[in-house]
Amino acid sequence: MSAATLSPRHGAVSSSVRHDSALKHTTGEAIYLDDQAGPPGMLHAALVTSPVAHGRLKGIDAAAALAMPGVVAMITAADIPGVNDVAPVGKDEPALATDKVEYLGHPVAIVVAATRDRAVHAAEAVRLNIEELPPVLTIEAALANESVVWPVMEMKRGDWAAAIAGAPQRLTGQVKVGGQEHFYLEGQIALAIPGEDGDMRLVASTQHPTEVQHIVSRLLGLPYNAVTTEVRRLGGGFGGKESQASLVAGLAALAARKTAKPVKLRLDRATDMRVTGKRHDFLARYEVGFDDEGRIRGLDILLASRAGWSADHSPPVMTRALCHIDNAYYLPATRARGFCCKTNTQSNTAFRGFGGPQGAAAIEAVVEHIARHLGRDPLAVRQLNYYGDGGRDVTPYGQRVFDNLLPRVTQEMLASSDWTARRAAIDAFNASSPVVKRGLGFMPLKFGVSFNLPTLNQGGALVHIYADGSIRLNHGGTEMGQGLHTKVAQVVADVFKVDLDRIKITATTTAEVPNTSATAASTGSDLNGMAAFAAANTIKERLIGFAAAHFGAALDQVVFQDNQVRAGNHVLDFGELAHLAWFHRISLSATGFYRTPDISWDPQSMTGEPFYYFSYGAAVAEVAIDTLTGEHKVLRADLLQDCGRSLNPAIDLGQIEGAFVQGMGWVTCEELWWDAQGRLRTDGPSTYKIPGSRDVPPIFNVRILENSPNPRPTIYRSKAIGEPPLLLAIAVWSALRDAVASLGDHRVPVSLDAPATPERVLFACEDMKRRAALR
Amino acid sequence: MTAEHRIRFLLNGQSRETAAASTTLLDFIRETERLTGTKEGCAEGDCGACTVVVTRVVNGEPVLEAVNACITLMGQVDGRAVTTVEGLLGPGRAAHPVQRLLAETDGTQCGFCTPGFVMSLHAFAQSGEAVTVENVHEALAGNLCRCTGYRPIVDTALGLAGPAREDATASPLGGLADSDVNVPGWHAPRTLADLLQLRAERPAAVLVAGATDLGLGPSRDRAPIVDAIDVTRVPELNDITETSTAIEIGAAVTYARALPHLDRLYPTLGTYLRRLGSRQIRNSGTIGGNLGTASPIGDSAPFLLALDAEIELASRAGSRHVAIADFFTGYRKTALKPDDVITTIRLPKLVDGDLFRCDKVSKRYDQDISNVAGTFRLRIEDGRVVEARLAYGGMAATPKRAMAAEACLVGGPFDAAAVDAAVAALPGDLAPIDDMRSTAAYRMAVAGNLLRRFLIAGPAPAGLEAMP
Repeated sequence: MSAATLSPRHGAVSSSVRHDSALKHTTGEAIYLDDQAGPPGMLHAALVTSPVAHGRLKGIDAAAALAMPGVVAMITAADIPGVNDVAPVGKDEPALATDKVEYLGHPVAIVVAATRDRAVHAAEAVRLNIEELPPVLTIEAALANESVVWPVMEMKRGDWAAAIAGAPQRLTGQVKVGGQEHFYLEGQIALAIPGEDGDMRLVASTQHPTEVQHIVSRLLGLPYNAVTTEVRRLGGGFGGKESQASLVAGLAALAARKTAKPVKLRLDRATDMRVTGKRHDFLARYEVGFDDEGRIRGLDILLASRAGWSADHSPPVMTRALCHIDNAYYLPATRARGFCCKTNTQSNTAFRGFGGPQGAAAIEAVVEHIARHLGRDPLAVRQLNYYGDGGRDVTPYGQRVFDNLLPRVTQEMLASSDWTARRAAIDAFNASSPVVKRGLGFMPLKFGVSFNLPTLNQGGALVHIYADGSIRLNHGGTEMGQGLHTKVAQVVADVFKVDLDRIKITATTTAEVPNTSATAASTGSDLNGMAAFAAANTIKERLIGFAAAHFGAALDQVVFQDNQVRAGNHVLDFGELAHLAWFHRISLSATGFYRTPDISWDPQSMTGEPFYYFSYGAAVAEVAIDTLTGEHKVLRADLLQDCGRSLNPAIDLGQIEGAFVQGMGWVTCEELWWDAQGRLRTDGPSTYKIPGSRDVPPIFNVRILENSPNPRPTIYRSKAIGEPPLLLAIAVWSALRDAVASLGDHRVPVSLDAPATPERVLFACEDMKRRAALR
Repeated sequence: MTAEHRIRFLLNGQSRETAAASTTLLDFIRETERLTGTKEGCAEGDCGACTVVVTRVVNGEPVLEAVNACITLMGQVDGRAVTTVEGLLGPGRAAHPVQRLLAETDGTQCGFCTPGFVMSLHAFAQSGEAVTVENVHEALAGNLCRCTGYRPIVDTALGLAGPAREDATASPLGGLADSDVNVPGWHAPRTLADLLQLRAERPAAVLVAGATDLGLGPSRDRAPIVDAIDVTRVPELNDITETSTAIEIGAAVTYARALPHLDRLYPTLGTYLRRLGSRQIRNSGTIGGNLGTASPIGDSAPFLLALDAEIELASRAGSRHVAIADFFTGYRKTALKPDDVITTIRLPKLVDGDLFRCDKVSKRYDQDISNVAGTFRLRIEDGRVVEARLAYGGMAATPKRAMAAEACLVGGPFDAAAVDAAVAALPGDLAPIDDMRSTAAYRMAVAGNLLRRFLIAGPAPAGLEAMP
């Protein structure tokens, strides 16, 4: 027994451990899928896609393409051995078009060749015979045609009609928020490797390895156990590599099946943007009744999303939008309806926030409409409508807001951002500045954590300890930059009280942890952290039992601490204990499983307690706009975000800042634009503009809410962090509206849709000047 | 000019040779060399994930510049040293200080953009320029990150305190000189006479300078350039000469080299040019190339139009000067004849009392194509405008002067009434379109309001901070 001196453990829970791959990222040594040397004989695939937005597919002429040297095969829907459907929710999404094409970019065929360039050129040489049909391209057109991909949803509470009719004040209005391209820096990519017995192995850039497994099984007509998915890391996901990655992997697998060779499919940026879905743009139309102070009595709101040509994730996105139509506010009587509009455009999909940002943006616009109509400060009207006591604590879907931190985060934010003094300073600035106007915006945040569908709230893990005491960790979550692997490793290290670097982080694979959920809905660390915790504790209990018996100590006298184990009077290194346990035939491998307790959801009545807890936050943004051009700049942003008891403050801070800037892009510069034929013309970074370094507020104060452990027994009382802070960026939109409102003395409602491009801001200013002059 | 001379260059300090002139540098690095640290994010020179550093010798001094490997063609790196993210590693694969610092600042999340940022940061550190927030944003404008929100990356750049220049990668050119590259499909003449001869002999060949537009063919569209004449090795095309009344800039001078001169001579032009592309683009792109592509939204045309610049064209028949206003003859059409080469752009200097302002409006401040670009120049004598130039990009099929509006300004004082009249005349001069960048209505409104801003702000830098 050695008696090594105790040294502090590296990588404890709640410490700011660096991302496990940080140095590999900066040195270029982190390996992404396209960086791997392909297996011998690997072929490359490229897609043949529809050049029109809507039409009947009459024929495919591949003669010229197949005659090109190096071209191996073309795969069409007729070649699919299983079921031609990649839909994650419905049953309406053929992987390859059969008799009709439904958007410009719709995959029709796959061409396989010896090199990627050859595949791309051959795909371009394939001729499609299509009889064009008129496309439906906008939400408005789809609404007019009652064209939807899913039955209309309705969330109701109380007699909304009577509440609105009986209210002292009533308003109707409309607001639109735009979609958003994920713009993960690593484009969609998958490698399919056929094995014996018809098995297929997929290496894919996916947030949902299990769905890849299921979709490939469905396409190839295989049982799930014949398909394995593996992913070490993604170069960004943001929701865009959930169902969309399954399509890409499925197409690669079809090509591999047909050619009996490994096939890699990597979409170039323009193809990626033309083929894959994005964040849904939303249209909201509302009627709201309220009292003379601005307290809401009743709300009737219609949300219409652009689903695109198929359902994909549009129904659950709409569900989450409806579940966030309250955001921070108590809505006593409500009807909220959701239309997932079918259009001949990309099938929109998951994107960080998953409808939550769109729902919250809509109610924020409603609250500001009320405030300006009454000539009141929007902040005051916000606070008046907050969830609170005395029965004002139940959401429209029936869940009690049991953990309300809104008053606290608001108070802390107003103080730390120096709200009152800056409000006065901005008003004074505007009074003396004819061209440039400043605005101050506030955003309170309540975000529900858990997948709406209870089934998905499960996680699994597999932990091995080898006989030298080194630990191998595998779990169902994927690493896409958010630091999940680091956090889960911290959990395991904490269970055994060992250094973090003792734990080997491994690629996520369906072969080790089966039946997993997507790494999505911010649940990655909640689910997989808990599962890994369970696995590690299973082994730890075995070790405690073994050590107690071996050293003749009581169970409670076996203590893990600082890479060592003390059993009574015996102290040994963790590695020595592992070796001893192996020698005495103790199992050092265990699975762990977790399911989120106490959640429920009834999709028919749209009621239940779908969220295990809520995440809270608040933001203040200050902007300047140029009323001659509509150009604008965020001058300062203050964010306060609830992380529970943070597992890793450095990683959580990165999530908060990154989500906010991504959200800023969504509400300001990121604009998707289709031409009259339905061609997406913003299909690369030269036309689709995500924020750059200069767009980040020069004063950017970001804080994690202190002393705020999760009241629910989550992993170390932490809270999810992936999505909630994205909604804080709505403060920027709010500030822009405030700046525009200054042109009407803050008494005229602002009409400013998102994204608030310079064009929209300029026209909102001109509209405001006209309407203010009429008063 | 007949013997084959292959492209010779250094890759991370090691000598390399190739004849694949129109292969992209990114493909060479990733596919041929299997150095996979450098990533492809967009293949159109906009995201910066493929950023590498290219070192060349200018006046005996090594100059390190960040470029986008995706749209850099192998012919362009002849005689130069290329450093990739792997090339920064020290003995025992030890991380370079920039690599260490960026990791320690939590400047990475998914990591895919990271090698590109590392190389831009490295070029920035080696440039010796002041470490200011402004310079950092300028240095990073060509790199997109979707995860971090940039704050830690900017902090890393600000932590690169002082000029940390080093020799390890700065002087590895020893013995390597740019050769007279002559391989199938790529010619790089060394004299103007040879260039004009080649141009006459190969009317179908494309002239390549920075390839920031042409590079999209081999990169994004996977369409190789079949026959290229690289104009950048001709000394006359690389000259910058200044007289008391004008500055002459060779057609192959990069924006990066021209920028300090133009910044000094023309108020607001430096700010405007720093928004043109990114550093990676300006380190390669040239004014001559921008004119040659004749894009209606090319950002150099408005200021050249407002300055009454002259373009010198040369062919074997001799050289001639064309006024910039006569150069653009239609949508992507110019006065260039098949055997012409743009050799020099001559920009008259301003005289005392001239009012001059460049402005542009785009969805994003940095590295975005203009919705509207405008450059305005007024010559004022005795309180009256005697000459007016109002030149716009993005407002018609070609970059264009608004002559009716100009006429409204001439003869009287430059005041609100005159500007109102000029704004009212703009719809007769200009014919913008609706597209993904903005509507025609917005473009027209902004074209007029930029004149109003000119009146209010005068030659102050663009940007909200400077506005009253």
